[in-house]
Parts: sequence; structure tokens; C-alpha cells
Amino acid sequence: MGKNVLVIEDEPNIIEAISFILSRDGWSVATHSNGHDAVGVVQDAMPDLVILDVMLPGKTGFEILRELRSAAATQGLPVLMLTAKGQVKDREMAERAGASRFMTKPFSNAEVLDAVRELVAG
Amino acid sequence: MAQQTLAGTRIRERRLMAGLRQAELAKLVGISGSYLNLIEHNRRRIGGKLLNDISQALNVEPSLLSEGAEAALVSALREAAAETEKVTPELERGDEFAGRFPGWAALIAEQHQRLRNLEHTAATLTDRLTHDPHLATSVHEMLTMVTAIRSTAGILAETKEIEPEWRNRFHRNLNEDSQRLAEGAEQLVAYLDDAGDAAAGMTLPLEEVEAMLETHGFRFDGLVNATQEELATFVDNQAQLTTDAARDMAMTVVRQLRADARLLSLDMLVRHVGDGVVDPAKIASDYGVPLSTVLRRLAAVSDELLPMPCGLVMCDAAGTLMLRKPVEGFAIPRFSAACPKWPLFQALSRPMQALRQTVTVTGREAHRFECYAISEPVGAIQVNVAPLYHSYMLIIPLEDGGEAGSEVGSTCRVCPREVCEGRREPSLLA
Repeated sequence: MGKNVLVIEDEPNIIEAISFILSRDGWSVATHSNGHDAVGVVQDAMPDLVILDVMLPGKTGFEILRELRSAAATQGLPVLMLTAKGQVKDREMAERAGASRFMTKPFSNAEVLDAVRELVAG
Repeated sequence: MAQQTLAGTRIRERRLMAGLRQAELAKLVGISGSYLNLIEHNRRRIGGKLLNDISQALNVEPSLLSEGAEAALVSALREAAAETEKVTPELERGDEFAGRFPGWAALIAEQHQRLRNLEHTAATLTDRLTHDPHLATSVHEMLTMVTAIRSTAGILAETKEIEPEWRNRFHRNLNEDSQRLAEGAEQLVAYLDDAGDAAAGMTLPLEEVEAMLETHGFRFDGLVNATQEELATFVDNQAQLTTDAARDMAMTVVRQLRADARLLSLDMLVRHVGDGVVDPAKIASDYGVPLSTVLRRLAAVSDELLPMPCGLVMCDAAGTLMLRKPVEGFAIPRFSAACPKWPLFQALSRPMQALRQTVTVTGREAHRFECYAISEPVGAIQVNVAPLYHSYMLIIPLEDGGEAGSEVGSTCRVCPREVCEGRREPSLLA
């Protein structure tokens, strides 16, 4: 495959685990761990998919996603959102902000892999 | 036993038990024998100072003579009945049940109150779980740890060939994350334990303030000359007030009641109240004080000044009840919204206009009351700023048999009136 995934998550051991399973599946993985400059990092890297945590230092995943959706270059970028909040209102917020998929922690490795494959395959 | 024993009948029973003649008891309490005769035959209602004097002369608690204890029990049974959906108690026989089985009736009332308290605690805890930022953060952190552990464990279990350095790294991660998870779980349990202890005694600040006011009979005449510091110390020392919010609210109310006492002493009111006849508007006019001050002050001193204690209720412009001095026969709801037909709410639409209305409270008892209400602005008048209003209503019990006036209820849930344009929800008594 060789496609690029950008993981924006502030928990280092989750970053490490996701990076490992995606790399083993043939993805090229880049990571970032804060919300302040996440939009710029995405626009510079222009990955095939972003895995975006909701609770990030500096700026929430919802805010980042809204900014990405308002820019022409990243309007259609597949974004998989991760959150520890599984409530209906969070899912609705993610949908309104423009998330391609919403996944609630804790998730299995297989679920992440399946979601990434499906989203990039379109 | 079907009829509720009346206060007059009880006085007669207790007098006979004490071996006193009617004239003897009348002399002891300073009234005529014929007036006591009317009371004993339930043709005059009794309360306040006279009830206290008679109970003292008969050496019994006033509550044993008043309708209060039994009426409160029947009222509690009705409330309990109104809040059940699965069974249909015989509402019309509530007083008979309370009379024949007072112990069982008290048990139902006590358990109903306990259920309410538990519901209140559950609602408070639910609110805390939903909005407590510390709890939300703790749960989020724990879920993050669980996610890391699950994902790392999955890699170790499911990856057939894994380099030793990666394997060691993931083992180390598992160890770190499991330790953090354990610490987080311990902290969360300790936090929830503390929350449970706090919730066990939880009451709303307004409830604490009302309990304090009831203890002092809404009177703070002794603080008329107190300094601000002494006033603050007095409020701080009230056992019923357990939170800063309750103490702040109490301070506001006590300051106001003290200011009322400064403007209208008991002597000034005594001069205006002859034979138990009250004219709040004339008192306000003669002494040049706001009518709301007169209403609050009359409610506060009515136990001593008038033949019957009077009630008082105050609401803000949103109709939220913020001050309640209960009076027998006029139920003032604690949590649910009150009857929109009260003069209290009518006054909100006619600010600064004094209202006087006779009302009869719905229900079999059908007590009559004279209500005075006024809505007055709060705070200083400012240019181009619409004032906020507080509305006050004085509730004066009337003797039976006169003009019925308007029919009002307590709250829709327990109001038996079927057709009412003010109804906002179905009655459970229908």
C-alpha cells in the first residue's frame, strides 16, 4: 500500500501501538501530539488519512477538524476521530464537524485497521 | 373515625380529661366562656398565641390540639398516593386510614419522605456525574490507559513474529500503563467515596435557609441593632446552614427581615391591628413604608399579633419561589411549579399595584384565605435599564363560611380541579 497516515494523539503508548500495527500493515505513519499546530502539520504533510484524538492539549479535535473542513485542500481528507467519550452528543458533534468515522476508546487493533483501510479505499 | 378530629373537639376532650370546667379554662387563658364554647364546637378556628395559651393551661403540646399533626399526615399520604402509578390507593379514605392506623400511616409518610430524599440525592449525584469536570477527566484518563493496554496487549498476543526490542518495549509500556491505570482507579474510588458521603447529607441551599428561618419564626427583631459583623457571626453560627451558598442566601434574607423590623416595630403594628383585622395598605400608607415590607413583617409577627399565623411566599420575575413561610391549609410546593392562579403571580403582570383577593384552596378541606400581593422592583432604579421584580404574597387564614372567592390550587400534579385554563400538566388525582 505505502500510503501515508498521520496520527494526532497525545498519549505516547497509544501512538506507539497504532504506529506499530499500521506500519506492519504497510502504512507509512507520521505522528503528532498536540493541538496547537495540528492543522499546519496536516496541511504540510497532506496524508491520505488522519487519525485524530478529540482531547488534545491546546486545541480540541473538533476544532481542528472544523478548520480542516473549511480549507479547500483538506475539505475531503478522510479523518478517523478517536475519543474516550462515547456519548451520543459527542458522536453528533463529530459528525457535525465533518468526521469521516468516529471510534470510541477502548478499541481493538483490528477495528482501527479495518477503519483505516475502508476510509482510504473510499 | 372517618372524620378528622378537629382542634376544638380535641381541646374539649383534653379539658374534660384535665377536670376543668369551660369557664375555668376560659379564665385561665383570658377569653370569655362563650368564645371558648364556640372554639370547642369548631365554630371558631384557633391558632397562634391562643392555641399556645390553651395548650399550656392544659399541659399538652400545641400540636396535640391543632390539626397540624394529623392534617400533615393525611397530606403526606395524599402526596405519596399521587406519586405512585402502579397502585390506586383509596384517596377518599386517607383520613380514615390515618385515624385508625396512625402508626402505619406515619410509616408510609416517613418512607415516602425517605424516597424523596433518596431521589433528590440520586438526582444530585447524576448531575455531578454528568457535569463534574474532575470525574470526567479521571474517566477519560482511565479509558485512555485501557485503550493503550488493550492495543499493546493485542499486538503482543496477535503478532506472530515480533522483534525482541519491540517485544520488550511493549512489555514496558504494558507495565507502565497498568500501573497508571491502578493509580487512577484508586484515586477515582476515593473521590467517589467522598462524593457519596457528601451526597448523604445533601440539601439545597434554599432548603437550609428555610429550615433556619423556621427555627427563628422568620423574626430577627433581636438583631435590629446588630452590627454587620455581629450579623455575619449570627449567620455563621446557624447549624442548619452548611454551605457558603446557604449562608450567603440567609444573610440576604436576614438583612431584609431585620430592615423590616427596623421600619415596623411590633408596637407600631399592634396599634394598627384591632380585633384581628388587618389592613396592610393602610399600614404602608400611615408609616410610609413599602407594602412588601408590611407583608413580610405581618407574616413574621402574625404568630404573636394575629389570631392565626399567616403565611408568606415570594417569587422572582421567573416565577421561582424563593421564600416560603408555610401556613396550614395553603400548601406551597417545594420543588414543582405553583398554581398560576395565585395572586402572587398576577401581581407580576401588574407591578406596584397592590392586590387583595379572597381565595379558596381546592380540595376537601377547602380553606379560605385573604391574600395580599405586590410586585416591587429590586435594587436601585437605573436609566434605560428595565428593573427586575420580586413579588410577595401574604396569606391570611379566614374563618369558614364566608365568600369563597377565587379557587386556587397548590400545584397541578395534586390539584383535583378538572377544568382549569391554568393547568400545565395532568393531575395525578384525576
